[in-house]
Amino acid sequence: MSTALATITGGAVSIRHATKSFGSKAVLNGIDLDVPAGSVTAIIGPSGSGKSTLLRTINHLERLDEGYVTVGDQLIGVKVHGERFTELPERAILRQRSRIGFVFQGFHLFPHLTALENVVEAPVAHRRPLAEAREVAQRLLERVGLGDRGDAYPAELSGGQKQRVAIARALALDPALILFDEPTSALDPELVSDVLEVIRALAGSGTTLVIVTHEISFAREIADQVVFIDDGRIIEQGSPAQVLDHPSHPRTQDFLRRVL
Amino acid sequence: MRSLRHPLQWILTALVVVVALNFGQTLFTNPAWEWAKVPEYVVSPAVLTGLKVTLIVTLISAVVSFAGGIVVAVARLSRNPVLKSLSWLYVWVFRSVPLILVLIFLYNLGSLYPTIGIGVPFGPQLSVPTVAVLSDITLGVVGLSLAEIAFASEIVRAGLLSVDHGQHEAAKALGLPRWRQFSRIILPQALRSIVPAYVNQIVGLLKGSSLLFYVSLLDLFGVVQNLGSTYPTDIIPLLVVATMWYLLLTSVISLVQYFIERHYSKGVAR
Repeated sequence: MSTALATITGGAVSIRHATKSFGSKAVLNGIDLDVPAGSVTAIIGPSGSGKSTLLRTINHLERLDEGYVTVGDQLIGVKVHGERFTELPERAILRQRSRIGFVFQGFHLFPHLTALENVVEAPVAHRRPLAEAREVAQRLLERVGLGDRGDAYPAELSGGQKQRVAIARALALDPALILFDEPTSALDPELVSDVLEVIRALAGSGTTLVIVTHEISFAREIADQVVFIDDGRIIEQGSPAQVLDHPSHPRTQDFLRRVL
Repeated sequence: MRSLRHPLQWILTALVVVVALNFGQTLFTNPAWEWAKVPEYVVSPAVLTGLKVTLIVTLISAVVSFAGGIVVAVARLSRNPVLKSLSWLYVWVFRSVPLILVLIFLYNLGSLYPTIGIGVPFGPQLSVPTVAVLSDITLGVVGLSLAEIAFASEIVRAGLLSVDHGQHEAAKALGLPRWRQFSRIILPQALRSIVPAYVNQIVGLLKGSSLLFYVSLLDLFGVVQNLGSTYPTDIIPLLVVATMWYLLLTSVISLVQYFIERHYSKGVAR
C-alpha cells in the first residue's frame, strides 16, 4: 500500500467488513464488496437499509466503526498503525477525496457561485491554473448539455440542470471513481431522463461508478453489478439479470415486487 | 393595503393625525426651538471636529469588531475545548457588562496596571506605560470594540450555523482545503444573513460612541454637551443639531446596508 499522500490510481473499490452504528442503531453489519475498476455498480434496497451510509464511507464522509475501504491502491481515510487503524490527517483525506467524485441527492451546488464557478472551484483549489480550469469546466458543462448556462446561478436552473452541473463539478478533477447518492430522487419525473442520460454516457468511460438508486430499469440497463442491501447487509449481488430478473432471496423478490 | 372599514379605525387614525399635526405645528410656533441658531451650529468647527471623532471611532470599531467577531465565532464553533470555552467566557463577560462600565474601567486602567506588556514568565519583558497606549481615540476604539466583538461574534456564529449542512458536505467531498471551505463556500453564504444584522449593529455602535463623552473623548455628543454647558440658553438648538447628524449618519448606514444586501443576494431565487 502506497503512502497516503500519493494520488489514488485506478478506481477499483474494495470494502471489507464495513460496520457502523449510529448510537445504538446498527446501520452497516459487516459488508464485503468488490467493485472492479471502470465498472458500474448499482446499489438498491429499501430506505433505511444503509445503502447511502455505505456509499458515504467510500469517500470517508462517514467513518467506519470496523472494517475498511480501499480505492485503487489506497486505504481510505485511515492508515495502519500497529494492529489498528488510525484516522489520516485531514489534508490527506481531502486529497483522497479529490480523486473521488460525489453526487448528492440534493445537488448541494454552491448557490453563490455560477454554474461555471461551481465546476471551477475544486480544480482551482487544487492549484490548477484558472484559465485551464475554466476551459475544462466549459467542456464539462458542454458534455452535460449545459454549455450555454455557465453564467447562470443555481437558483436559475431546474433541478435536472442543477444535478447535471453537480455531475460536471464531480468530474472536474478527473476522478477515478464517482459515487452517486440517489441522483434522481429529488427530481420531478420529467427531468429524470436528462440526468440518467449523462450518467449513462459516463458508464464505460473508464471511470468507476457506484450508484445508489431507486431507478430499477436504469440499473438493469447500465450496471455490471447490482447489489441489494437490507438491514445493513448484502442480501444478494450479481449481474442485473441475476438480481433483478431472477432474484433468489425472498427479501429481494419482495422489494422488487414493491418498487417495480 | 386594506381599506379602513371599521369606524374605530377611522377614529384612531384621525386622532393620530391630529396629534401629529399639533406637534408638527409646535415645531414652528414654539420659539424655544430656536431654529435660527441651528444652521450656524450644524457646520461649526467644534461640531465638525466632534463629528470626525464619532466617525473615526465608529468606523474603526466596526471593522475591528467584524474581524474580531469572526475570530471569536470560529473559536466558539471549533472543536478545540480551550478555544471554545475562552470564547464563550469572553462573550459572556462583554455581553453582560454595560459599555459605560467597560469604558470607565479602561479609562482607569492606568491605575490598575501602570504598564502593560507581554513577555516570557520570569524572562524578558516588553512593556509600555498604559496611559501612553490607551489615550483618546485608541481608548474609544478598544472600549467599543471589546463590547462590540461579543455581539458581532454571536451574529457571525448564527450566520455560520444557518448555512445548510449539505454545503459543508459538498465542500468536503470536493476535497477543498479546510481554509478554502470556510473562506470560499461557508463564509460568503453566511455573510448573506450576517451583513444585514451586523450593519444594524453598527447603528447601535454609532449611538454607543456617544458614551465616550464620559471618558473625556469629545465626540459629536460630547461637543454638543460641552457647548451646551458653555451656552446654556442654546441647549435646545444644540440637541437638534446632534439629532440631525445622528439621523443623517444612520440613514447613510441604512443606504450602505441596502447595497450590501443586494450584493449578497446574488444567486438567491428572485
